Amino acid sequence: MWDIILERGSYWAIIAVMMIGLYIAFSAENLIKRLVGLSLFQTTICLFYVKLANVANATAPVLLAEDMPKDAYRGEGVAELVHVYSNPLPHVLMLTAIVVGVATLSLGLALIVRINESYGTIEADEIYASDVKVQMAEDADAARTSGEVVR
Amino acid sequence: MKSDHHLILRVIAKTLLPLITIYAFYVQFHGEVSAGGAFQAGVVLAVAVILYALIFGLAEAMRAVPPWFARGLAAAGVLIYGGVGVWAMVQGGQYLEYQALFNEPPGGHNGQHTGIILVEIGVLFAVAGAMVSIFYALAGRVAEIRDEDW
Amino acid sequence: MILEPVLTSAPDWAVRHAAVLVVVVPMLLAPLLALSPSNRLAWILTVAGTAAAFWFSLILLAIIQEVPGSAISYALGNWEPPIGIEFRVDALNAMILVLITGMGALASFIAWPTLAAEFKGERLNLLLCAFLLCFAGLAGVAATGDAFNLFVFLEVSSLATYVLVAMGAGKDRRALPAAFSYLVMGTLGASFYVIGIGLLYAATGTLNMADIAEQMPGLSGNRSVQAGLAFILVGLGLKAAMWPLHQWLPNAYAYAPGFVSMFLSATATKVALYSLIRWLFTIFQPDLAFESAVLQWVLAPLAMAAMVICSVQAIFQTDVRRMLAYSSVAQVGYILLAISVGTAAGVSAGLLHLFTHALMKGALFMAVAGICFAYQGSTIRDFAGLGRSAPFTMAAFAIAGLSLIGVPLTAGFISKLQLGYALLDQGWWWAAVVLVFASFLSVIYIGRVLQAVFFEPPLNPRKNNKEAPLLLLIPLWILALVNIFYGIDAGFPAGLAADGAAAALGLGAAQ
Repeated sequence: MWDIILERGSYWAIIAVMMIGLYIAFSAENLIKRLVGLSLFQTTICLFYVKLANVANATAPVLLAEDMPKDAYRGEGVAELVHVYSNPLPHVLMLTAIVVGVATLSLGLALIVRINESYGTIEADEIYASDVKVQMAEDADAARTSGEVVR
Repeated sequence: MKSDHHLILRVIAKTLLPLITIYAFYVQFHGEVSAGGAFQAGVVLAVAVILYALIFGLAEAMRAVPPWFARGLAAAGVLIYGGVGVWAMVQGGQYLEYQALFNEPPGGHNGQHTGIILVEIGVLFAVAGAMVSIFYALAGRVAEIRDEDW
Repeated sequence: MILEPVLTSAPDWAVRHAAVLVVVVPMLLAPLLALSPSNRLAWILTVAGTAAAFWFSLILLAIIQEVPGSAISYALGNWEPPIGIEFRVDALNAMILVLITGMGALASFIAWPTLAAEFKGERLNLLLCAFLLCFAGLAGVAATGDAFNLFVFLEVSSLATYVLVAMGAGKDRRALPAAFSYLVMGTLGASFYVIGIGLLYAATGTLNMADIAEQMPGLSGNRSVQAGLAFILVGLGLKAAMWPLHQWLPNAYAYAPGFVSMFLSATATKVALYSLIRWLFTIFQPDLAFESAVLQWVLAPLAMAAMVICSVQAIFQTDVRRMLAYSSVAQVGYILLAISVGTAAGVSAGLLHLFTHALMKGALFMAVAGICFAYQGSTIRDFAGLGRSAPFTMAAFAIAGLSLIGVPLTAGFISKLQLGYALLDQGWWWAAVVLVFASFLSVIYIGRVLQAVFFEPPLNPRKNNKEAPLLLLIPLWILALVNIFYGIDAGFPAGLAADGAAAALGLGAAQ
């Protein structure tokens, strides 16, 4: 029982951080904090993939000089692997995911800047309150004008 | 005469900036055989511009690297990347088939080499341009920090 | 076949590369737009790009229909799948591609009349650039045969969508929080999808969808695969606005610029639903015990809840665009209900409803965009008396509204009928009852608007009658007439849906 849990220690850590990120993204009222939670969540996905790619006693998937053929620089010859490398594919995938994450983060920040400019606050509850106020004013206005039509 | 609070900062930054730029190109062109590549190089290149903006002020940086230039660089990068793909199609290959770029017989490597280098340059442009654009977009919105507030 | 002339007139290069060009052309036009000096030139390029993509997808459909049950595989960079990334188009994708690109072409057509006045002197070309990126991303999701590539295209389209929604802030600042919450929810959805892909990759060691599908029968009891399915279901469910993961949708559709809501309502959730069908039926087999439980005990109840609850919410909206947005969530429920039946008839009905819903919701949002442009308001109060001052716009609105209800002789009737048959075939009479009840609810919310439009006096006596701009009326009436035409002769979309369902379930060609 304990073996199963301890063997996968890094997965447990990843899941814990992931859940913290998810919780922040849902519960924080401050929009910046929400974005931080989202970023945390996305980063742990990268950790999860890198952990998936891990091979026992392997090194990072960057070709070392001993494994390279002599003519590697001219694009000839086939590499003969002396070292064990971890699976490079998930690393490549996460390179893409990181770029997506950067784009999301900067777009989110840009939106927050604009929200701050037009609402004067970045607290979700205050934004909601001021939206409700505007909506109620509009509805009251609507009720008054439709009343005039009836009269 | 205007007093300069950041003389040391500015002098050091001036010597650092060319090094950072050269390092970006090192990462770019050595990425073929070692760790690194166009994504990292693009970010490093953008860091040079951002450091310049931090030290000398946003207005100065925008004069050196105008926002339209940064945006155009990003767009040009995407076009270079996609253009290599279209070039391969015109030459009778599949989309992005580097082997087909020069209609080489099997075993030729020129297409692979040229293709990957062009694509990496496209990525360098796109990443550097996008990073600088993002920085300008976010930094241009707030008032600049005055010298006295440092 | 109707589409034979398209194929015979197409040049060789277009036929050979159509699968990738449908994505590449709009994607490469987008950076050109960012550099375009004039707004009008940018708009012309946008229309040209979307129209070209529509032509390529028609070519794809024609190729597929020539040999029933076939699939086009395009290896990017000539790296053979499953090593390389593959674009794989079969009857299911081809139908979705035709739908997306067609609606995208119509949406880009109405972008100019509705936007030029609002963004006078501003850089409209960047907005159109975001639109083309969104379009290319959605087409990419539909065309790709690689699980991770699908995520990348999904995020390309989503990021562009957040920008497009936020552009509504010029009129109403509520667009900004709407875009932000869409960003948070959408990113969470995509992240869940990526986790699911990771779990599947751990179990199968491949990212090619066809390759995963081949290995699936041997892995039916694998926990990692089951967890992967759950994550993918939640992730794509968020993107598809599956109840109760739909919270982002009403505000995003209500405050986005008019042509954006029209485009999104017709395509964005549809693409997510397509990938859901792809995953549930092509990759995972519905006869796995685990998945049939998911279909019957998770998807079906959620779908019925969406149909009833969101229809009721739609009834209580004062803003027509919000009302239509809630109705969209309810309609996603119809489609999910059809999918959850799990038979070929069910999937076919779901695909047909997906198709017709895009047609009618596209027409409704287009008419509302025209009214918003001409009368500067979109509450039901603003719609009062419009039947007299804008008869052409409102007639098309009424046709599409009736189609949404499912009145005979409209496209909506055909798809709901098929859905009902599929439910009764399976013996799900209780679901059929919910279907009829939800349709009655839609009578109420559409009826409220139509009553205000045709039977109430205008609020402020208007000096002159004002129609929506002509450039908007033409595509609007195209959609309205298509709604009626497919209500009378549904052979074309029904055939597409049947072929698509057969392709999804791997049954070969439908009859």
